[in-house]
Amino acid sequence: MLKATKRFVTAGAAVVGLLVAPATFAQETAPDVLVKSVTLEVVEIIGKDKDIQSGNQKKIVELVEAKVLPHFNFTAMTRLAVATNWEKSTAEQKKQLIEEFKTLLVRTYSSALSAYRDQKFDFRPLRAKPTDTDVTVLVRISQGGREPVTLEYDMEKTPSGWKAYDVRVAGVSLVANYRTEFANEIRTNGIDGLVKVLVAKNKGSTARTEKK
Amino acid sequence: MILVNSGSVPRCGGFAVLVVAMAFSAGCATTNGDSRDPFEGFNRSIYGFNQSVDEAVVKPVSKAYKDALPQIVQTGVRNFFSNIADIFISVNNLLQGKVIDAANDGMRFALNTTIGGLGVLDWATEMGLEKHNEDFGQTFGRWGVGDGPYIVWPLLGSSTARDSVGGLVDIRVDPVRNHEPIVARKSMYITRAVSKRADLLDASRILEEAALDKYVFERDAYLQRRRNLIYDGSPPRDAARAAPSSGPLGGLQKPPEGEQAAWEYGAARTSNGYAPKTPRNYDAVLSASIQASAPNAKSD
Repeated sequence: MLKATKRFVTAGAAVVGLLVAPATFAQETAPDVLVKSVTLEVVEIIGKDKDIQSGNQKKIVELVEAKVLPHFNFTAMTRLAVATNWEKSTAEQKKQLIEEFKTLLVRTYSSALSAYRDQKFDFRPLRAKPTDTDVTVLVRISQGGREPVTLEYDMEKTPSGWKAYDVRVAGVSLVANYRTEFANEIRTNGIDGLVKVLVAKNKGSTARTEKK
Repeated sequence: MILVNSGSVPRCGGFAVLVVAMAFSAGCATTNGDSRDPFEGFNRSIYGFNQSVDEAVVKPVSKAYKDALPQIVQTGVRNFFSNIADIFISVNNLLQGKVIDAANDGMRFALNTTIGGLGVLDWATEMGLEKHNEDFGQTFGRWGVGDGPYIVWPLLGSSTARDSVGGLVDIRVDPVRNHEPIVARKSMYITRAVSKRADLLDASRILEEAALDKYVFERDAYLQRRRNLIYDGSPPRDAARAAPSSGPLGGLQKPPEGEQAAWEYGAARTSNGYAPKTPRNYDAVLSASIQASAPNAKSD
C-alpha cells in the first residue's frame, strides 16, 4: 500500500507538470502536448529554484496553484468523488466540498513535488481519435533500477481547453480512493461532517507547512 | 504497513498469539460494512499495531539508513535484492504465459549477476531490458482467482486472501530464505526490509498529508494497485469511469446491473471475478472496437 502511495509522490511531480501558461496554449492544444509542456516547464522551474529544492512548501504550493491548478476540473473531481451523495448536497455544501477538496489536493501534490528528484519522463503517444473528447494521457517515469511508475491523466475536452478529472498513479485512481473515504465519512457524520473533516485536515496541513 | 513483501516471517509463536489477542480485544471498533473487507475491525487492530511498531522501530532505523549511507550504496543494496527477485519474476511471467517477458527477466538476471557484479549494478535496465513486477499472487489473479477478503498481516501489512496464499509461495521459494548460514540470512532479511522501508519514506509522508483515514486510503490503494499489476498496467476500463460531462456523476450515474453494492461503496471496480487474461492483441482488438463503434461504421 505504501508502495502504491509512493507513486503519488512521483506523480506529484508530473501532476504539477500539468500546466503551462494557459494563454500560450490555445484550446486546440492536444491533451498529450499539454501534459508534456506543463510537466517539462514545472520540472525546469524546480530544477532552477533553490528554495523549492530545500523544501519551501509555500513556494511549491504557489507553483502548483499557478501552473497546474488551471488544468484540473475540480468541480468534476469533487462530484465524482462524492458520488451518489452529490445529489443530496445543497449548493452551499457543494461549494465548500469543492473548495476544501481542491485545497487538500493542491497540498498533497505540493508535498509530493518536494520529493521530486531526477526522474526521467517518458511521454507516451496518445492513443485516441482526433474527434475523442475523453482521453487518457499516459506518462511513464523511470527511476534508475526500479520498475517505471505510470501516471495516467483522464482528461476531457471543455470549452476552456482540456481538463484533467482524475489521475491514476501506478493504477491507483485518486478519485476512486477518495470516493470510499468520503462515503464512509458521510455515512457516519453526514455531508457537513465530511466538510468539517476536510477543513480540519487542511488546517492541520497549513500549520505544518508554516512551521517549516 | 511496515515491511512490504519483506518475506520475513515472525517465528515466535508467543508473539503471534499476543498480536491476535490484542486484535480481538480491540476488534470490531469501526466497521463500514465494505464487502471487500469483512474483517475490518480485526484488520484495523493489526494496522494500528503495525503503525506503532513502524513509528517506534522500523521508521527511525530506515531514516537513519537513508541519511547515513551514500546514495550509491543504497542503490547497490536495492539492486542486489531486486536482482535476486528477478528469478521468480521470470518464473511468474512464464506461468502467466508471457514468454517474452520471462525471457527478458531471465536475461536481466544473467546480465546483472555477471557484469553487474552480483546484481549491484543494474546494467540490464540501461540496455533496455525493463524491470517487471510479478509475484505468485499476481499469477493466481491472472489465472482468474479473485481477491478474496482484504487482510492486514502483522508486520507484513496489506494483503488479500489470494495474495496471502501467493505470498506463502513467494516466501517458500525466496532465495534469501534458502541461504546459509542463518546469520547471513537474517542480516539479509533485515537489510532488505530496511532498504524497502527507506524507499517508502516519502510515500508515507504523502500518505499522512493525503488521507482522511489512513487505513481506508492504504487499503483502497492496495486493492487498486494489485488489480493494475495483474493486468500489467492495462486493466479493462472501469464501468464507473466516464467523462464528467456525460452526466452529473459521469459513468457513476448508471451502475451496471447487479453491481449496486460495489458501486455504492465506490469500489470503482467491475467485480471480483474479472476475466483473467488480457490478450496479447488487446490494442488491436481495442482499436477495432473503436472503429466499429464509430458513428458511420456499419455493424452487421
